[in-house]
Amino acid sequence: MRTELHSALLIVVMVIGTAGMRFLPFLLFKDEASTPRWIRRLSEALPQAIIGMLVIYCLRTLKLTAAPFGAPALIACAATAALQFWRDNSILSIVGGTALYMILTHFVF
Amino acid sequence: MNATKKATLRAALKAALPVMVGYLFLGFGFGVLLREAGYGVLWAAVMSLVIYAGSGQYVGVGLLATGAGFLSALLTTVAVNARHIFYSISMLKTYQKAGKEKPYLIFALTDETYSLLCSGETPPGTDPRLFRLLVSLFNHSFWILGGMLGNFTGAVLPFDLSGFDFSMTALFVAAFASQWKHSRDHLPALTGIGCSLLCLLIFGAEHFLIPAMLLITAALLAVQKLRDRKGGAAHED
Repeated sequence: MRTELHSALLIVVMVIGTAGMRFLPFLLFKDEASTPRWIRRLSEALPQAIIGMLVIYCLRTLKLTAAPFGAPALIACAATAALQFWRDNSILSIVGGTALYMILTHFVF
Repeated sequence: MNATKKATLRAALKAALPVMVGYLFLGFGFGVLLREAGYGVLWAAVMSLVIYAGSGQYVGVGLLATGAGFLSALLTTVAVNARHIFYSISMLKTYQKAGKEKPYLIFALTDETYSLLCSGETPPGTDPRLFRLLVSLFNHSFWILGGMLGNFTGAVLPFDLSGFDFSMTALFVAAFASQWKHSRDHLPALTGIGCSLLCLLIFGAEHFLIPAMLLITAALLAVQKLRDRKGGAAHED
């Protein structure tokens, strides 16, 4: 079944499924007093862990068992991190890392 | 416009720029896909405006194209977006005192926007509330713009941009490196990487995210318990 109404309702369902996930914790824990202490402490440690998880998520389909063994992505990731450590400028790190990745995938590997 | 507002605007643009450019192209890709599935520019604009989720919308094109049932569409969307619960939990404190823009800030918490705001810190000399709102708005507008442009032109770009999508990986790597540089406690970062790698090995690329979230939560809580027992809790609060 594919009608405009059905499509529009599907979009509403997708909004519920997406925004619902984003709002859920805020609905459960309305203010600081109603937030259990362990959740508050967890929320302080989470950002760094989540960013680590997102890095792995981005690299999840990398094929390490066959040539070039994920080399372009891994080299570009290392370069991005090194740039960030050195200059602490996100735009520079992202542009530099992406440019290196494109050079590596188009011309080297 | 006073000096703080101007400084905030400039800082927000600078912080959001990589995501804005990335979203323009990722949104473009979504727009092209949606057009190929037979939906016009208005559909692209509305979806990017009200759903606002990268992988969610790419999956959504498939749901629309096949005329999926509502329950399966809901379950699929929830599975694709479950990680957002995680982001919101970690933003509870930061957004607790946000004003009337709070619902929008929560709605607009994509992976990339989260990575820009999750440290809870804002550049010096800026208005934190305005900074967070602007970063969210800039990213959202470029996501919508990209989707509309891609849908409108409906064609692949005239130059080879394969590999450009690495920019979003680089965004997270840069955020990771920056947090590492500016924090003394690296255990949370290592926990995130370690648990995710472990779950990726066990569950595979398609299914590792939710187990990884659960394992990370359990590991972080266990670390807290251990530190409490050692009496390290006092200087952490």
